[in-house]
Amino acid sequence: MMVTILDIIIAGMLLGGIYALIAVGLSLQYGVARVLNIAHGEFIMLGAFITWTLYTAFGVNPLLSLALCGPTLFLIGYVLYIVLFSRLRVRAASPGAYEGNSMLACFGLLFIIQNLAILIWGADIKGYSFFAFPVDFAGARFAANRLITLGFAIVIGLVFYLFLARTRLGKAIRASAQEPEAAGLMGVNIDRVLALCFGLGALMAGLGGALISMSYKIQPTMGLEYTMIALIVIVLGGLGSIPGSFIGGFLLGLVGSIVTYVEPGLALVAYYVIFMMVLLLKPKGVLGK
Amino acid sequence: MNGRITTLNRLQRGIVPLVLLAVFALSPLVLKQYALILLTNTFMYIILAVSWSMFSGPTGYISLAPAAFFGAGVYTSAVLGFALPFPLIVITGGLASFCMAFLVGALTLRLRGIYFVMFTFGLVELLLNFVLWWEVTVTGTTGRVVPPLGNTTVFYFMLAILACLLLTAFRLKHSKYGFALQSIGQGEEAAAHTGIHVTALKMNTFALSAFFMGAAGVVMATRWTYIDPRIAFNPTLSFLPVLMAIFGGLGQLYGPIIGAAIFTYLEEFLITRFPYHYMLIFGITMVIAIRYLPDGLVGLVQKAWKQWSRRKHGAAQG
Repeated sequence: MMVTILDIIIAGMLLGGIYALIAVGLSLQYGVARVLNIAHGEFIMLGAFITWTLYTAFGVNPLLSLALCGPTLFLIGYVLYIVLFSRLRVRAASPGAYEGNSMLACFGLLFIIQNLAILIWGADIKGYSFFAFPVDFAGARFAANRLITLGFAIVIGLVFYLFLARTRLGKAIRASAQEPEAAGLMGVNIDRVLALCFGLGALMAGLGGALISMSYKIQPTMGLEYTMIALIVIVLGGLGSIPGSFIGGFLLGLVGSIVTYVEPGLALVAYYVIFMMVLLLKPKGVLGK
Repeated sequence: MNGRITTLNRLQRGIVPLVLLAVFALSPLVLKQYALILLTNTFMYIILAVSWSMFSGPTGYISLAPAAFFGAGVYTSAVLGFALPFPLIVITGGLASFCMAFLVGALTLRLRGIYFVMFTFGLVELLLNFVLWWEVTVTGTTGRVVPPLGNTTVFYFMLAILACLLLTAFRLKHSKYGFALQSIGQGEEAAAHTGIHVTALKMNTFALSAFFMGAAGVVMATRWTYIDPRIAFNPTLSFLPVLMAIFGGLGQLYGPIIGAAIFTYLEEFLITRFPYHYMLIFGITMVIAIRYLPDGLVGLVQKAWKQWSRRKHGAAQG
């Protein structure tokens, strides 16, 4: 019995690490750049497929691909913001109108990226075997790749947290999140900072996707599910907070692993029920005041 | 004199829709089956787009729940299919969606902005996944069969729902409730202070708009004849009406109608010509529409008209 409980908890943690990482990116894009990026999952999918292609076609180590996926997706995100969203932001009549329009534009991006991916890679489910041997961990057995995934997720989250908390650029980002007008007056180039945030969000999605491809099956239509999970996590943890995203991620991972143990078909249903309950009862997140 | 002109205007205004209705009512006599089906599809999308904009247009609350209300209608049709006369099922499906929307509205309409959007979209996914699980584990089936009705009957039912919806939307827009909704969109606090029952009005309008979506779902199910949760609660049916309405323009009642008509035709055209690139082209259209036409087609035409008349006016002066 003890072992089963431990199994469930550890499985939840392993799942939660990934959830947290993909939520941090979305949280940054919505929390600072005010773009509710419904296409977030498509960036994750891109990261996963780039890693898969590099591994199966050229034998590149997936951990090495992390270093390539991140910058590539950063660039895509950065350019997208400059070309599309900054124009929408300047033209919008109100912040609310901008949020609505930018979200709808993201739906368009979702269709574009997903269908380009289907054209390039085909619609089939893909996967590869990497560090798939079992490891004993605190009395339970897990595939080594899941532990690697969790380790990288935590390290990336930590580095990112330090970047926001300690660097000058991080300070500019936080200032733009709190008070864009005032930050602009203080000499922060708002458009560039927001583009940077959107790019960094895409970067996190790319890293998340690369990690996901190591231990889960991937396919071009996988995006929306991950977007929804990321959304649920940031609602759980509170918008714009990195520690919140990690707590929310682990919480959701735990719920997922418990429900999967009891009734596998209901895991997604449970996620949505929690999501809606939190929205109704504590829209500022479980940590929010 | 003035009074006579307004009566005349009113008459003219009433005549155009009546003529259109008569033309459409007689069209099954002339049209081929393919055109009839295309027209039925167009009506379905117009119903979704217009009923969506009935609530979301003036208030600015972007609801992504149309697929949930539509799907509720589809499942009503599948469950009651053989048990009741069809017109009753249409009304039942509409009422089911009405009640669901009323409940959702009571829970969520205090959520503002993006939280409301996320909740309504979560609702679609929740229903989809729940019904999927229910059908597999409890009823042990994946899909259901709906008794077919024949293309012409489906067409007439869709036309009837559309006519009722347009009449309702038009009456609502020009009533005091329409103006109240508009003022909620411009400033909810201010609207409440002028004595508008903000919550009650929002809930009722939201539920009313869901009624028509549900009714359309009931009718459409009989044309599809086979349905499963992924067909009934297809999230695309949440995005399309929103996109169509915004593409057409939310300012006028005919904006969403034009948007829906263009997009249905575009969909048909793209699916037959470019079946593999259809969704890609669709996404590109969506991004371009939002990037370049924030006020929709109607807004674009109005702007061009204003510019043209100003130029003409300027030329006459100079």
